Amino acid sequence: MAPLLLFLAVTYLWPFLGVVKWSFTLPEPGLGQYGALITDPLVQSVFIRTLRICIVVTIASVIAAYAITVVWVRGTPAQRMAAEFCILIPFWISVLTRAFGWVALLSNRGLINTWLQGIGFISEPLALVRNEFGVIVGMTHFLVPFAVFPLASAMRNLDDRVLLAARGLGSSRTRTFWTIFVPMTASGIIGAAAIVFVFALGFFVTPAILGGGRSVMVAELVWLRIFQSPDWGLGAAISVVLVLFVGALMAVLFRYVRPRQLI
Amino acid sequence: MPKNARAAEIKAIGIGKSFGHFRALNDLTLDIGRGEFLALLGPSGSGKTTFLMILAGFLPPSDGRLFSDGVDITDRPAELRAAGMVFQGYALFPHMSVEANIAFPLKVRKRPAAEIRQRVAEMIARVGLKGHETKLPSQLSGGQQQRVALARALVFEPGVLLLDEPFSALDKSLRGQMQAEMKRLHQETGTTFVFVTHDQSEALALASRIAIFNHGELLQVGTPEEVYDRPANRFVAEFLGEINMLPLNNVRQENGAATGLCEDRTITVRGATDVTGDAVLAVRPEYMTIRSEAESGENGIVATTTASTYLGAATKLDLLTRQGTRLTVSVPNDVAATALRGGNSVWLTWPAERGILLAR
Ligand SMILES: Nc1ncnc2c1ncn2[C@@H]1O[C@H](COP(=O)(O)OP(=O)(O)OP(=O)(O)O)[C@@H](O)[C@H]1O
Ligand SMILES: [Mg+2]
Repeated sequence: MAPLLLFLAVTYLWPFLGVVKWSFTLPEPGLGQYGALITDPLVQSVFIRTLRICIVVTIASVIAAYAITVVWVRGTPAQRMAAEFCILIPFWISVLTRAFGWVALLSNRGLINTWLQGIGFISEPLALVRNEFGVIVGMTHFLVPFAVFPLASAMRNLDDRVLLAARGLGSSRTRTFWTIFVPMTASGIIGAAAIVFVFALGFFVTPAILGGGRSVMVAELVWLRIFQSPDWGLGAAISVVLVLFVGALMAVLFRYVRPRQLI
Repeated sequence: MPKNARAAEIKAIGIGKSFGHFRALNDLTLDIGRGEFLALLGPSGSGKTTFLMILAGFLPPSDGRLFSDGVDITDRPAELRAAGMVFQGYALFPHMSVEANIAFPLKVRKRPAAEIRQRVAEMIARVGLKGHETKLPSQLSGGQQQRVALARALVFEPGVLLLDEPFSALDKSLRGQMQAEMKRLHQETGTTFVFVTHDQSEALALASRIAIFNHGELLQVGTPEEVYDRPANRFVAEFLGEINMLPLNNVRQENGAATGLCEDRTITVRGATDVTGDAVLAVRPEYMTIRSEAESGENGIVATTTASTYLGAATKLDLLTRQGTRLTVSVPNDVAATALRGGNSVWLTWPAERGILLAR
């Protein structure tokens, strides 16, 4: 334990303290950068967009993951295999490859637009990428597998007899799913949503590629401030706020869900 | 017992169930009468739960048909069978209060809210859960959870109530109390009850009829007295309480009685049986008496005491016959003391109508 903590301190905490220092000292000592955070309309619009994207991505990922997990945990052996592939294959492909894959699918001359135009369904290509939609699709695709594990552990802990009991008492399969199965896996849903949301907040590569510079999220904004328009103080202040926000979120979450339920 | 028009009459004909190559139930034919209290009794793995699951509609049988009030329900899904079921471990809905658990089957049936409220309140009073309405199952004791499960299964007045080892998780005193309550609920509702147990004393105490299972076969069905006093075979005889088994050779049937030889003495058995040749004689320990002498023509055997166990109200004696058969009797303490003082060799005697003749 001790060497691990030391390693984490040296590689994460020490550099982060450096970032904190910049946020209070660059370009001049004081709280000026935090003041700018509150007043700068660009920073605010990025924060709001980031929250919006993260919420949509969280909802989409958890719903998709829930469907896959139900099949994975409760399906026939063949269905289980298929679900396992859906969950595991994305892990073997790098985030970069996947982002460009989505560009190839969604761009104006991409597979989807060509096909839709080919069958005469649309005349002008749909704007599917280089906007928020593309970012949401790409991020959801990346994050679904991470939502699967907390859901699977909740579904595996569920006693089958409770579902049988509901059916025996006259409840249809659909009703049993909504009134018994879903509420009984609520802890998994909360865990999955938390993981996805926290991951999504810090996303960089996917929004940078699929957003095409038009849907900048917080992490990309930090990068822009530090590497493009050198404004290290503001970039550092944004980073500090992001880390504090994630920390607070985790603290609230761990009050309600035990860490064990997340994996 | 009040006759309940809603109580179901169930007929199982040739029911079988295979899991892969494994035969869990074989050619089971059984009539369950309206308002009957039937116990399914058998050792672990004998197919009791499997049969109950088939009755409830959770498992499709591999062979045979199932009828309820004359209607073939073999292919009817569980949610349309209207059988109340109490699972081992109760299977309460953990995220719903006691009230919501009990109201569930009524809500599913879309009963009016006022009726639901009234019937749930009635049921809560009936099973003695007043004051616990808003608690979650995890906040209840085992006995209280058991009551919620019973209330939930009975509140929609099912034609049949199925119970899978309902008391196995309860401690002994609570079990006795819940058994009494279940008997009362059966009398009050008049519904057909089918319950699984592997506790033979529970089956004898509660059931109006007992069905005995072993290795997926239904061995015998009858009233507690019938299966206890007239077991159809050795398995049933040995499964229900203690019994002494003696080899009985050259059995012949003549004018309503059977006679045979047991350790050089002629033994008579009276009662319906057609076993001949070499057989087994079974006698319940409580019908055996210890004596210093046996009269000629009386059923009896000589044995020596090998051990005695003081049980409080009585003493249990272990004995060995001359040819090495082990026997057990339970006798009053003073009789045991006399037997032990008198040089250990005693006569065990029993009335001819208490002997049970079984194929070897
Ligand atoms: N789904 C299944 N797949 C394969 N075998 C099964 C299945 N369900 C039950 N069995 C087998 O069928 C046999 C009967 O099982 P069942 O559960 O009916 O026994 P039981 O009489 O209820 O026993 P117990 O008293 O232990 O509950 C057992 O040998 C069991 O292993
Ligand atoms: Mg069982």
